[in-house]
Amino acid sequence: MNGLTFDIAHLLAGGLVLVSFMMLYQDRLYSLLNMFALHSLVLTLSVAWQAYVQQAPHLYVTATIALVFKAIIIPVALHRMIRRLGIHREIETVVGIGPTMFAGMALVALSMVVMLRVTQAADPLAREDLAFALSVVLLGLLVMVTRRNAVSQIVGFMSLENGLVLAATGAKGMPLVVEISVAFSILIAFIVIGVFLFRIRERFDTVDVRALDDFKGKRRR
Amino acid sequence: MTPVALVLWCIAVLLGVSILAVMMARWSRATAVIYGASFCVSAVAFVTVLLQLTAASASAPLPLVLPLGLPWLGAHFRLDALAAFFLVVINLGGAAASFYGLGYGRHETAPQRLLPFFPAFLAGMNLVILAADAFTFLLSWEFMSLVSWALVMTHHRERDTRMAAYIYLVMASFGTMALLLAFGLLAGASGSYDFATMRMATHTPAVAAFVLTLMLIGAGSKAGLVPLHVWLPLAHPAAPSHVSALMSGVMTKVAIYGFIRVVFDLLGEPAWWWSMVVLTLGGVTAVVGILNALMEQDLKRLLAYSTIENIGIIFVSLGLALAFEANAMTWAAALALAAALFHVLNHSFFKSLLFFGAGAILTATGERDMDKLGGLIHRMPFTSFAFLVGSVAISALPPFNGFVSEWLVFQAILQSPNLPQWGLKIMVPAVGGLLALSAALAAACFVKAFGVAFLGRPRTLAAQLAQEVDRFSLTAMFVFATLCLFAGVLPGIVIDALAPVTFTLVGDRMPVQTSVPWLSIVPITESRSSYNGLLVFVFIALSASLAAYIVHRFASRSLRRAPAWDCGFPEASPQTQYTSGSFAQPVRRVFGTHLFRARESVEMPAPGDPEPARFTLDLRDLIWEGLYEPIAGAVWFTAERLNHLQFLTIRRYLSLVFLALVFLLLVLALWS
Repeated sequence: MNGLTFDIAHLLAGGLVLVSFMMLYQDRLYSLLNMFALHSLVLTLSVAWQAYVQQAPHLYVTATIALVFKAIIIPVALHRMIRRLGIHREIETVVGIGPTMFAGMALVALSMVVMLRVTQAADPLAREDLAFALSVVLLGLLVMVTRRNAVSQIVGFMSLENGLVLAATGAKGMPLVVEISVAFSILIAFIVIGVFLFRIRERFDTVDVRALDDFKGKRRR
Repeated sequence: MTPVALVLWCIAVLLGVSILAVMMARWSRATAVIYGASFCVSAVAFVTVLLQLTAASASAPLPLVLPLGLPWLGAHFRLDALAAFFLVVINLGGAAASFYGLGYGRHETAPQRLLPFFPAFLAGMNLVILAADAFTFLLSWEFMSLVSWALVMTHHRERDTRMAAYIYLVMASFGTMALLLAFGLLAGASGSYDFATMRMATHTPAVAAFVLTLMLIGAGSKAGLVPLHVWLPLAHPAAPSHVSALMSGVMTKVAIYGFIRVVFDLLGEPAWWWSMVVLTLGGVTAVVGILNALMEQDLKRLLAYSTIENIGIIFVSLGLALAFEANAMTWAAALALAAALFHVLNHSFFKSLLFFGAGAILTATGERDMDKLGGLIHRMPFTSFAFLVGSVAISALPPFNGFVSEWLVFQAILQSPNLPQWGLKIMVPAVGGLLALSAALAAACFVKAFGVAFLGRPRTLAAQLAQEVDRFSLTAMFVFATLCLFAGVLPGIVIDALAPVTFTLVGDRMPVQTSVPWLSIVPITESRSSYNGLLVFVFIALSASLAAYIVHRFASRSLRRAPAWDCGFPEASPQTQYTSGSFAQPVRRVFGTHLFRARESVEMPAPGDPEPARFTLDLRDLIWEGLYEPIAGAVWFTAERLNHLQFLTIRRYLSLVFLALVFLLLVLALWS
């Protein structure tokens, strides 16, 4: 492997982490969705580059799936959903942007320390990929934790899944079946959650998950 | 068909019988059919394993592997000498309990709660012994525990029963967890759960000591080692009496089998200090058990506490065997191990007999409280006789079997000066002192049990109207009474039958006893000690008959002067007889003041007040209060605190998961 391929792969994976950071400070739903679309796009590029580097044609399928579903269909669908729910103006971060960003940096540092130490034997490209992937996963979780709107929690979940795909493509020899099944399970999760969103909305007039907490039934005093 | 296959078929039939019992739950003849079938199957299994035990096969038997359980392991079953011996104990007890159940079970109010589990319980115990890999062993062990729990729950409408069953379930799960960890350590990193592979493995001293501790917890909690005994006096009496007999007489032996199998067979060379732990626990168990029994006035609970004492004796003997084995004194180890196994056999005889007797009293009077009985010897002469035999045997009096095994234990204790370690040299006689104390207290305890329940005059109407029980129950009791006498008079046969077991475990055997002239037994050499049960029996029989004859001939007819209309009783009310509490008072004052914090107080009415005086006795269980209540309190406190976790928001749950993940990653980052 020459230096350039490595650098490009590194750049794309790093770009994914960067977009994850950008998702952290979006306080409007539309912009969050746009960031997610960008996130998926970067993932697509990264997977495609891996496919080229590893000369694994099936990874192009993965990249296509990522592009079609995650970068186009899901953001568009979520856009429509938000419009129909009428929640595009909502500001819904729980923790302030500054602390969130600091937490995100700490998480990235943590995942670097863990991954680079654990995977000393692996080849450098996979190592970097895995470290970045773990950062993306952790940042996705952070997005889920710091939001209180169900839609943005979905977005956090999807970006977490992007991290998983990045990890999977970084490791050589992962069969396509696994990726496809992961992609489809995400799609189904998306559909189910989407349906639930409307049901929640019908019942509570909001998709703020705090309404669910109030409705969890008998509270122990 | 090989013996192991035959026993497995018996187990399968027993399981089938329990399914049958579920199907014919409503049928009125179900009791007779189920117990009859259980009896037949147990008898077949008993004969099979007895033949296997006596047919001295020098070669180690091969395991039978069935394609059950874990796919890469299968289920291994093996019938070596040790397993055969314990199967003899189990199937003899099982057959007798089934036979007893033919009569006793007729009085059961809800037989459909009991019948399906009874054959399954027998099958479970058989399976534990036959198992030759850890997976099968643990599975059967847990099956046995669960089924016996269901049997304890037979009379589930009583609050005490539910409490007892709950405590039993908790302790049984705890014990199984310890066993699971023990087998995990034995299997080691290679992870082979087959006993044959485990036997080959070598362990570091730390791991071996840890396995021993876990086995003491796991098997000890099932057997009733102090301080893990708390469930036993609650659960054993709560079950119907023939099940109590099985649990006390037989299931505790399964636990001892587990201990012997792991510590003597699988664990490899013992270290000498292990025996110190086992000896201490055994000695303490014996004394605490029998003191509790003396304080008890519920007959079945008394018997359950006495079981704890006998478990203590067996563990002392096993500890001795460990000490001798660690010092390569195999002849002494064989003696101690044979004594332990002999006591296992004996205890299954007389404890089953005594529980059958307690069940007979329960059938006849509906009472378990001894202070409401009395004078039963006139109403139930046969039960009384059998119970007397059991009491004499468990009190370790010659010529019965209890004496022989305890005598052998003391013979092993007397070998302790030959041990090289000073700690053991000093400790073993001290433990011997504890054993002597517990033997004496056991005699007092059973004098109390027999005297208060059977002698004197009836204290209640129920005791006065008691009727002798049915023939099935009596037959079961007399079979065990005969066996008690037989094993006491001809112990040489039993000891020789134990030889292959001790030979496989410690590599030596006791001298051949059947070749000793005059049916004596000689534990080591004739110059040191010997015992002749038959001679003692003949002497006791002759001297007792002679004394009875002389008393009758000369004293009965002689003239006596006595108050008129007194009939030999100075006081008319049956309340003035010794009660169990008053009989135990001297012992209670000596030992109980510290051990049970026994406090007596007498409230005298004011002069002229016609109220009766009141005597109140306050006993406390320090083990329960000092060990179990703090644990229960801590669990309760933690549970209360963690309860709030039930009512978090979705985001908080996510945060918990997230923080747990970050924490684990941090640990990973800092650790490596």
